[in-house]
Amino acid sequence: MNATVDPAPPLRKTALNATHRALKAKMVDFGGWDMPVEYSGLIAEHMAVRTSAGLFDVSHMGEIQLRGPGSLAAVQHLCMNDASKLAVSQAQYSAMLTPDGAFVDDVLVHKLSDNDYLIVINAGTREKDVAWVRSQIGRMPGVHISDYSDCYTQLAIQGPKAEATLSRITGTDLSAIRNYWFTWGRLDLKDGSALHNVLIARTGYTGEDGFEIYIPSDESTSERVWNEVLNAGADFGILPCGLGARNTLRLESAMALYGHEISDSINVFEAGLGRYARLYKASDFVGRAALAAIQAAGGPKRKLVGLEMIERGIGRDGYPVCTLAGQRIGAITSGSPAPFLKKNIALAYVPVQYAALNEVVAVEIRGQLVKAKVVATPFYKRARKST
Amino acid sequence: MAYPAGYRYTKEHEWISVAGASGTVGITDYAQSSLGDIVFVDLPKVGDRLEAGKIFGSVESVKAVSDLFSPVSGTVTAINEELKDKPEWINADANSTWMLKLDLANPAELDALLTDAQYEAFIAEETER
Repeated sequence: MNATVDPAPPLRKTALNATHRALKAKMVDFGGWDMPVEYSGLIAEHMAVRTSAGLFDVSHMGEIQLRGPGSLAAVQHLCMNDASKLAVSQAQYSAMLTPDGAFVDDVLVHKLSDNDYLIVINAGTREKDVAWVRSQIGRMPGVHISDYSDCYTQLAIQGPKAEATLSRITGTDLSAIRNYWFTWGRLDLKDGSALHNVLIARTGYTGEDGFEIYIPSDESTSERVWNEVLNAGADFGILPCGLGARNTLRLESAMALYGHEISDSINVFEAGLGRYARLYKASDFVGRAALAAIQAAGGPKRKLVGLEMIERGIGRDGYPVCTLAGQRIGAITSGSPAPFLKKNIALAYVPVQYAALNEVVAVEIRGQLVKAKVVATPFYKRARKST
Repeated sequence: MAYPAGYRYTKEHEWISVAGASGTVGITDYAQSSLGDIVFVDLPKVGDRLEAGKIFGSVESVKAVSDLFSPVSGTVTAINEELKDKPEWINADANSTWMLKLDLANPAELDALLTDAQYEAFIAEETER
């Protein structure tokens, strides 16, 4: 043997890897993780979430906990949203920014108690995020940083029947958990055992009602809970769902994906996420000055827009966006057929002068210019309960 | 998965079934299964000349685009127009859902294609990797 090339590092696995394989999921390398992309079929899984319920293993997501009397100050310095507005048991969408006002990552901040915050981060940026957090707040007084990314199996139960499904395995009153709030509940498993202190959050990444739960990451617990959720939702037609459906669901809902709509070379205003950046909160944060300067200079030069193909063709990630005359003006960040809407949709960056609703542009698809128009986002918005 | 014995196969996962000088082309069951839910098929026009091993169109699932490669050279005589509205038929039955028919320019090209047994061995190798 004279191998001189370093072998690629082995793919990382969640505690449910064997479960996915037993379900005959199609597996893919997702940011270094061996993850299920689909089980029974992407469209069926997507539709299950829109009309009933779906179950996702999202354990590749990471969790960083900040504890101590300085934890709020640390969160406020790290993240652009205003965590001082959070009540205990409330979560908020936020982001960690570079000094340029671009994205280190988008995150969910959960306020566990006055001196205790849990920040949920993306899989592909885990190590970078942890290093970033340590570098930015590691020397701040009164805050202890713990990386609990490998300690949790995170399951997402999503869809109009998510509450009815999950309520069958918990005595916790799920109806009392409002959107972007959470509680510590107990799961009652069929073998009579119970799982205590499970973080149950009414959050998700599908544009549907639903929950994300955080359970211990040992394989047997993970598999037991996974199976119990599937059993609980069986008569609703719950389906295990892969990253394929997760992507089309979040795209229909126009939610950003790191590395696509947001990155360390895209700023908050370009991404249309300015409403989550609290420039005038009481404490300074990394990236604030840059955002203020961009705002003072009249805002961003390019914007993320929704596109709907109006001619036959599917715009996909990376495809150029052009004027009708063929001049390149931008690129698609995420594009796909939308299984529920039954349209071909995309998110793309274009100069602001092309960002108005109904503007007609062209997507270059393998050398051909195919017309698309700028439409409002989200492409899909669920009907709110009238009660 | 079954691969009909009368067909010939490419390493790009197309099949061709030949009757006289006319060939019928589709994609294999392995191809449709790897792609997942097929939503779009882009095919040439009747009268177009295809060249063996060259791209003649594309097939798209929700998550991926895949080029189609012509098993042999020839002139397109028919297109399965129904696939425009019912591309999912390919998922349902890849072996009998044809994409196009063509007049073979050089039937000897068939000898370079895989038999069903060779194709199955090739797939086994692919999936093991």
